[in-house]
Amino acid sequence: MELIYLLFILVLSVFLGFALISRVPPLLHTPLMSEANAICGIIIIGALVSAGVDANSTLTIILGTSAVALATFNVVGGYLVTERMLKMFKKKG
Amino acid sequence: MNNEFLMNLIYIISSCLFAFGLKFLGSPVTARRGNILSASGMFLAIIATLAGSHVISFQWILIGILIGASLGALVAFKAAMTQMPEMIALLHGCGALASVFIGWIAYCVHGATDLTNTITLYLSIVIGGLTFTGSAIAWGKLSEHIPGKPILFTGQKWLNTGIISAILVLGVMFIMQPARYDLFLIILGLSCLFGIFMVIPIGGADMPVVISVLNSYSGVVACTTGFVIHNTLLIVVGSLVGANGMILSIIMCKAMNRSITNVLFGAFGSVVKKSATGEKKEAKAISVEDAFLILENAKSVVIIPGYGLAVAQAQHAVRELGEFLEKNGCDVKYAIHPVAGRMPGHMNVLLAEANISYDQLMEMDAINPLMENADAAIVIGANDVVNPASRHDKSSPIYGMPIINADKAKTVFVLKRSMATGFAGIENELFYYDNCRMIFGDAKQTVQALVAEFKSGQSR
Repeated sequence: MELIYLLFILVLSVFLGFALISRVPPLLHTPLMSEANAICGIIIIGALVSAGVDANSTLTIILGTSAVALATFNVVGGYLVTERMLKMFKKKG
Repeated sequence: MNNEFLMNLIYIISSCLFAFGLKFLGSPVTARRGNILSASGMFLAIIATLAGSHVISFQWILIGILIGASLGALVAFKAAMTQMPEMIALLHGCGALASVFIGWIAYCVHGATDLTNTITLYLSIVIGGLTFTGSAIAWGKLSEHIPGKPILFTGQKWLNTGIISAILVLGVMFIMQPARYDLFLIILGLSCLFGIFMVIPIGGADMPVVISVLNSYSGVVACTTGFVIHNTLLIVVGSLVGANGMILSIIMCKAMNRSITNVLFGAFGSVVKKSATGEKKEAKAISVEDAFLILENAKSVVIIPGYGLAVAQAQHAVRELGEFLEKNGCDVKYAIHPVAGRMPGHMNVLLAEANISYDQLMEMDAINPLMENADAAIVIGANDVVNPASRHDKSSPIYGMPIINADKAKTVFVLKRSMATGFAGIENELFYYDNCRMIFGDAKQTVQALVAEFKSGQSR
């Protein structure tokens, strides 16, 4: 039964995504993509849960720590670079 | 009220903050606020997860966060704006690899618990694997560690078909015998291999599409990972990002008048035959001094930049030229083709970096009706996107591609190094039009020479 709820969320989110993103002007498509990159780093919460589960196996420690590092890189890099780009968009006067 | 309920409640708030973040990106005025909202959503989600789930060992998490955050900050501050596409490719790759690792851990610790879990785990490692290596190759091509030209060899299509079939067949076997760790590893390996072969035949000019498609994939991976570990926030965000990549891919393909399949499997540019130009006409060259005399009297000028402008690092010189024209009572606009640059919207960022006001940056559809009123158009480092052949020459490989109607302006100046062809490898008939004048030489030096003319004109 849980699967059907997850699918529900999936379908509605896709519609939400289309509605929101089709309103972003081409002017901001590069920052949009880096922003999407940054929020895609949300897998960090998956990484956090995974890295904390089984501290006995070397493989899971390595994979978990790497996953956390990679996802954090995604989040921090994504938001900072978006901020840097958006700061440059200025209007005269 | 238990911990998990509270955690999910915070996840809902985070989702809303992400949605508002994207909504505020709808205008450059609110965009920065959107980015901050989105980042706070991320922060909340991380805190909630650390507090709400059964995290046992914090030391490794802390080490991971420290490494990732410092590298992320370093790269984000160091990357030049021309390097943005490769930075984005790098981020895609990292996200995808992290998803693969999460799926791997879930499989090692819990095993594949039921059918849904096995299928989503399978999808997660396949798409994650190919997104990771695909992004790595895209990064290599964009940063010129790997030649940007399409890499083709005989039997490539058969090899790809073979790998895909193997991934599918092994997938069915894995779903029937989820305990087979060896199958899991082979599928992961083959997916990574496929990602490499997927991107190497694609040429540099098609990179905007590749990046958008990889963006979409990275969202899909986050989504499937969400199904594997039963996390709703991953599904919501994954869908948003997936939709984002899909929309951008469609926009890029439309701008090049090609289908996604054609871009991904067509290897454009490698098969272009020289279109037979009947009569050999002469392109008319003009000196900087004469060009200045025309520009000095122009009431409206449209500047059409292409990626060549960024290669020549001429953005700042162009802004200076624009300022002089404006002081001269001239209306200056910049016409941006959707595929000008190496990723969607790239040219806008490059011009914004040079302090050009964003209300002067016009989209193709907005500027085209105004081109007839323009006294002069200056084409800098662009070629195929202003080729009128796309409107009428059915034999041209770019026939049907939407272009900026530079030829409609009273005078067109084309700044170019030589008469060499553009990415599509085709002649540009615009150069032979009666109203077109070529200014040969390095784009930056030519623009600087024009600026110098304006300066001396002022002091006179």
